[in-house]
Amino acid sequence: MSTNELTLTPSQSPSLVNNKLSLSPSQALGAVRRPVNTNGWRAWLFTVDHKKIGIMYGVVAFTFFIVGGVEALLIRLQLALPDGRILSADKYNQMFTMHGTTMIFLFAMPTAAAFANYFLPLQIGARDVAFPRLNALSFWLFIAGGLILNASWFLGGAADGGWFMYAPNSGPVFSPSNGVDFWILGLQIAGIASLIGSINLIVTVLNMRAPGMTLMKMPVFTWMILVVQFLLVFSLPVITVALVLLMFQRSYGATFFDVSQGADPLLWQHLFWIFGHPEVYVLILPGFGIISEVLPTFSRKPLFGYPFVVFSGASIGLVGFGVWAHHMFASGLGPVSVAVFSMATMAIAIPTGVKIFNWILTMWGGKIWYSAAMKFAIGLVVLFTIGGLSGVTHAVAPSDTQQTDTYYIVAHFHYVLFGGMVFGLFSGFYYWWPKVFGKLLNEKLGSWNFWLMVIGMNLTFGPMHILGLQGQPRRMYIWTEARAGEGFFNFGFWNLVSSIGSFVLAVGVLFFIINVIKTSRNPERAPLDPWDARTLEWLTTSPPKVHNFDRVPVVHHLDEFFHRKYEEDEANHSMKSIAIGEDLIRAEEDAADADIHLPGPSYWPLLLAIGVAVLGLGVVYGTPIMVVGALVVLFASFGWVLEPSVPEAIDFDSPSHDGHTKEIAPLG
Amino acid sequence: MADIATHDIDHATDNATDHATGHGHHSSTGLSNNKLAMWLFLGSECLLFGGLISTYMLYRGRVQNGPHPSQIYDIPFTSVSSFVLLMSSLTMVLAVSSAQRKDDTKTNLWLLITALLGATFIGGQVYEFTAFYREGLGFTTSLFGSSFYSLTGFHGVHVSIGVIMLLSLMGIIKKGKITGDKAEVVELIGLYWHFVDIVWIIIFTLVYLIPS
Amino acid sequence: MTTVTETHEDAHEHGMSDAGYVKIAIILALITGLEVSTYYVDFGPLFMPSLIIMMVVKFVMVVSYFMHLKFDSKIFSFLFYVGLGLALFVYITALATFKFFIA
Repeated sequence: MSTNELTLTPSQSPSLVNNKLSLSPSQALGAVRRPVNTNGWRAWLFTVDHKKIGIMYGVVAFTFFIVGGVEALLIRLQLALPDGRILSADKYNQMFTMHGTTMIFLFAMPTAAAFANYFLPLQIGARDVAFPRLNALSFWLFIAGGLILNASWFLGGAADGGWFMYAPNSGPVFSPSNGVDFWILGLQIAGIASLIGSINLIVTVLNMRAPGMTLMKMPVFTWMILVVQFLLVFSLPVITVALVLLMFQRSYGATFFDVSQGADPLLWQHLFWIFGHPEVYVLILPGFGIISEVLPTFSRKPLFGYPFVVFSGASIGLVGFGVWAHHMFASGLGPVSVAVFSMATMAIAIPTGVKIFNWILTMWGGKIWYSAAMKFAIGLVVLFTIGGLSGVTHAVAPSDTQQTDTYYIVAHFHYVLFGGMVFGLFSGFYYWWPKVFGKLLNEKLGSWNFWLMVIGMNLTFGPMHILGLQGQPRRMYIWTEARAGEGFFNFGFWNLVSSIGSFVLAVGVLFFIINVIKTSRNPERAPLDPWDARTLEWLTTSPPKVHNFDRVPVVHHLDEFFHRKYEEDEANHSMKSIAIGEDLIRAEEDAADADIHLPGPSYWPLLLAIGVAVLGLGVVYGTPIMVVGALVVLFASFGWVLEPSVPEAIDFDSPSHDGHTKEIAPLG
Repeated sequence: MADIATHDIDHATDNATDHATGHGHHSSTGLSNNKLAMWLFLGSECLLFGGLISTYMLYRGRVQNGPHPSQIYDIPFTSVSSFVLLMSSLTMVLAVSSAQRKDDTKTNLWLLITALLGATFIGGQVYEFTAFYREGLGFTTSLFGSSFYSLTGFHGVHVSIGVIMLLSLMGIIKKGKITGDKAEVVELIGLYWHFVDIVWIIIFTLVYLIPS
Repeated sequence: MTTVTETHEDAHEHGMSDAGYVKIAIILALITGLEVSTYYVDFGPLFMPSLIIMMVVKFVMVVSYFMHLKFDSKIFSFLFYVGLGLALFVYITALATFKFFIA
């Protein structure tokens, strides 16, 4: 228990010391003074504020983006020339495994979580998420998962089975190092983080909307995040099962993937892809949501066909649960299964196509403002469409059988994920930066950032289509001149182009980092409504105050903020300006709510996350460690349960309602 | 996916707006955050146990070493322990009902009985595992062994966590330290408990009663 | 229009009496007895279907009455049954690709 005391020790704040001394231990268990008035790093460590947690998600995720990016550059260096000597075969395996895992679980999902955490409550007019402490717990568990995953580099080598870690290849016989064990643990803990986060955000959307904000008045970004959370809440338990089975096999001698015992090697593939395909939409839909905010704003037009965009997003999510076996066409499923899954997969192209047409028609006839955010959004539409089309070629099973495990697949999913997801996220960076930090990112550097990334990405991943069709296998660690094929446009040429492209891409990302640094040094404040935006997150200061809104907005329209600024001119049916954002925000400040209660910061989420991490490490390092972790978890859980979530009635309650707390002990 | 919900929630929102200053409920749907979260969690748990049950169904007949399911299952014994768990759902719901009537004494009594029934079930499972192990079915013996122990073990861990929550809840109620709506806390733990029970209803039929 | 707020509050009143819960429990016990009897008595071709039906009935009864889903907001039912439905769909499909139901 001594480690707990360290975290709980009140010496961090002198005023707490006296208090602690006067408490009996039993009181202390539930009544450790909360770190209410903290500042500096402690204000971040114990925060339950969704905005701070969002920023932390973003910073950590971007760090992992750089880690995953360096891994990708090493891969491309290895393949740039024949007989690459940068990496050994073993290191190469670890590199592509960790590149995929890092980019998906430690960059893409947390960056989406960053945007969701920060903007979802703001977009629905709420003052926080439904369960602020669970929100903090999600974040710290994600950190624990990320650290455990990457710790494997220094503790005997990283996982080397590819990001989908097919068993039995990932079993103890073929993957003897501890890398896969760390991978299992890291993903398991990051998965718990996502699961908690998804439950939290769904309840937030269902229950915390401002008065008048019906589901069909919610911004599309919030809608897409809602769909994503439903996908997560129902797909994560499946990967949990798969990871548990593999862990039991590796650490405790179970036989699930032992073919000599009669095990079926397809069991892992099914479990993984039942999770893995919804996961693909988990990655892309936040990007779709972001550009569905950006495109209307910078086209000066409402989103074309809002209900179609919403429902096609929801149906992409639902159908996404019925197509997983298209990842397994080459595994011998049998003709009936292949035909069924092939048809279902093609069906997904319909709602996706609907969305693309809606975006194009949103821009059609609009007064387009080519800001950096808009460029990235348009980039998404174009690049994702290319990736979507090669995706349809995978839905055709005979064609897919030829393409499976070639670079054609690598090309496809990088077009949808880099061209789709990453461009969407960058669009979000440029669009929302002034909201979060009160400063505009430099547009000129943004333009360099965009064009270098577009050119770099097409140079990197475009040639991979050709490499794949020429037959270069995915995950091949080396190629030789003798097997590079004939003619000028052979393996060698395209691999070199691709590798050069990857460095152009890296320079593009570097421009973003330079932009961020330059902007942070620039004293100039951004206007409150720099883009003439449409949704509620702009109806407050930048950055927003800790309680988000001075007065909880009452919503009457889709695009509420826009409709407070403009109204229709009866004479010529155009929109005329009736107010500007600054005035509206000032009016809100003047009419601020009197009593605003916010959830208090807490030690328990951080401590509980540490406990879970230690518990997990016990799987690798033995039962005593596990027992210690379990004790910390138990202790933190009790502390959590006994701590009231807020000192008093909370934010959106009007002061007359006493005793109604936003959350209560066992869950909050 | 969401069209069913849209209808309900939109109505609820109108209502919540109308009464925003008149009633104790301030959420958009008028429902409790905690209960929504618990039901979502249980919906998610369906896929967790579904995966474990499917793995067992796929592997139950694959026995290369050790005993076959039909050689070791003791149906009369398991029937009794299943019955115990089923009845603990009754005592749990009576605890919830007492809590809603603000009858602390009865709430605590029913919670205690529920915890004892749960502990009895766990005791039965420990006995069963020991007996199976003596008859040659280890965790690593065969695919059947691995998948059987994983499935029932996972369920057993859920029951054990439930017992711990019940006992903790009793202590917290006794000390008067509960934060939030007491009846709702009892109800939430009740939902979890019943879920564990319905999982066993499925396991009892699919694993024990229907031979491979 | 019945408001959700009202339904929520009424659930406790319209829910069930303690005697009602006991009745449900007795029915559940009887079904369990019938289930166990399949181990001793030969049900012939009815064996499998009857067991599955009894399992589903017990499941639904506990969920509807003990877990109050029948009396509570439809949103709760939606959240739970979407999970259950997806679980049934993905796992039955996966088992079907293993030809589990053909043997």
